[in-house]
Amino acid sequence: MIRLSIPARQALARITLPVLIAAAFGLLLLGKADTVLAERAHMALADALAPLYGLLAEPVAQARRGAETIGQLLSQASENARLREENEQLLKWQAIALALDAENTALKASLRWIPDPASTFVTARAVADAGGVYARAVLLSAGPNHGITKGQIALDDHGLVGRVTEVGARSVRVLLLTDMNSRIPVTLESSRGRAILTGTNGPRPRLSYWTEGVQPVEGERVVTSAEANAFPAGLPVGTVHFTAQNVPEVEPAARLDRLEIVRLFDYGMHGVLAPETSVARPATERRH
Amino acid sequence: MVERTPGIRPRPSLGRHLDVAARRSFPAASTALLLLVASGPFGLPGQAELLGALALGCVFFWSLFRPASMPPSLVFALGVLTDLLSYGPVGIGLLILLIAHGLAMLWRHELTRQGFVIVWLVFVAVAAGAGVLQWALNALLSFRLLPPGPVVFQAALAAGIYPLLAVVLARAHATIAEPARA
Repeated sequence: MIRLSIPARQALARITLPVLIAAAFGLLLLGKADTVLAERAHMALADALAPLYGLLAEPVAQARRGAETIGQLLSQASENARLREENEQLLKWQAIALALDAENTALKASLRWIPDPASTFVTARAVADAGGVYARAVLLSAGPNHGITKGQIALDDHGLVGRVTEVGARSVRVLLLTDMNSRIPVTLESSRGRAILTGTNGPRPRLSYWTEGVQPVEGERVVTSAEANAFPAGLPVGTVHFTAQNVPEVEPAARLDRLEIVRLFDYGMHGVLAPETSVARPATERRH
Repeated sequence: MVERTPGIRPRPSLGRHLDVAARRSFPAASTALLLLVASGPFGLPGQAELLGALALGCVFFWSLFRPASMPPSLVFALGVLTDLLSYGPVGIGLLILLIAHGLAMLWRHELTRQGFVIVWLVFVAVAAGAGVLQWALNALLSFRLLPPGPVVFQAALAAGIYPLLAVVLARAHATIAEPARA
């Protein structure tokens, strides 16, 4: 340690804090100006922590499953009756689906239909919530050489989760469709009207900019639209739900609050890259 | 510091030096560890807000009661860690922690003589100010009006968690973080 005189040391102690506050402002501006650098810093730390989170995530998930099992044991009889009923209905639907599938194949064959390009996917475990006070995102743990790129589409077993926004060496950050920077082109399934699904950071994103003459209907299914070449058409997103203030929202089909396994699909679509998330983007809001 | 007070003391052996160093680094190390654990995959509601609240509480407490173990440089490092862990714009949490540290240093001569309730009330005011600053900086960086709900929640969480934190940290302050007990 360098020996300094007492007045020099006192003066140094007095200027340290102002200098560091100035440095904090500098970092703030640097992060705003150079988003790539900020992203790299975030992902470097995420890469270091992802294996640790992975270790922790397993017992936490097991504890949660254990608690669920106890709850299920208590309601087993009523649950069995409900499942039997549901199974009967689903069998009917299966018969209809098989008939429709056969008909669809026959029609496509006679129309010389160009099939959608096949997609590839990788599966990864969600290890941590990578949101923050003003963001909704998850961190996935991926092995080295995972080959995941920005803009790939994340789905769980029920529906759309979001898009990959940041890629590290061993971890990937997925921006959820509920994040306020998320904008997803969607189709209202029954009316075929187009709309944009706008995240609000709340549990249910909002529908906006829907086609004139079309009204979203309560309970209607919402799927992705191929417009802007960012998503393939027809991925399940959720169902329309009107709030008390008569604002159409979408209840996501994916279980975003308890993601465990997520599949990342590469449809080879890079029409619109997912937004940068370390700094929120300006957006003009228009209410219907 | 320890060596200058009169009295009988053990020989300054290597083990004792290590003990003193460990006790001196306890505040910053325990805060960093707490932040890492709080960012873990527990799926708690409000976990993101908890991270900011814990960082503010720990830095304020140690800046007030043991500033020698929480110098500005360590506050800076903890601030960067908080910002990276919370995936927010780097600098906002950092700035808030540095300002909270500065305020604690400014008021410590009066505050350390007061009872717990006064210190807590001052911390509540600091947390409220931090919330306003966090909201304003986030809004400024994204050029749009953000909902104040999350920062209000974070400030309330910080105010509510501080008594609990203070009990544990005060115990640590008198025992494992005390270099004179080495």
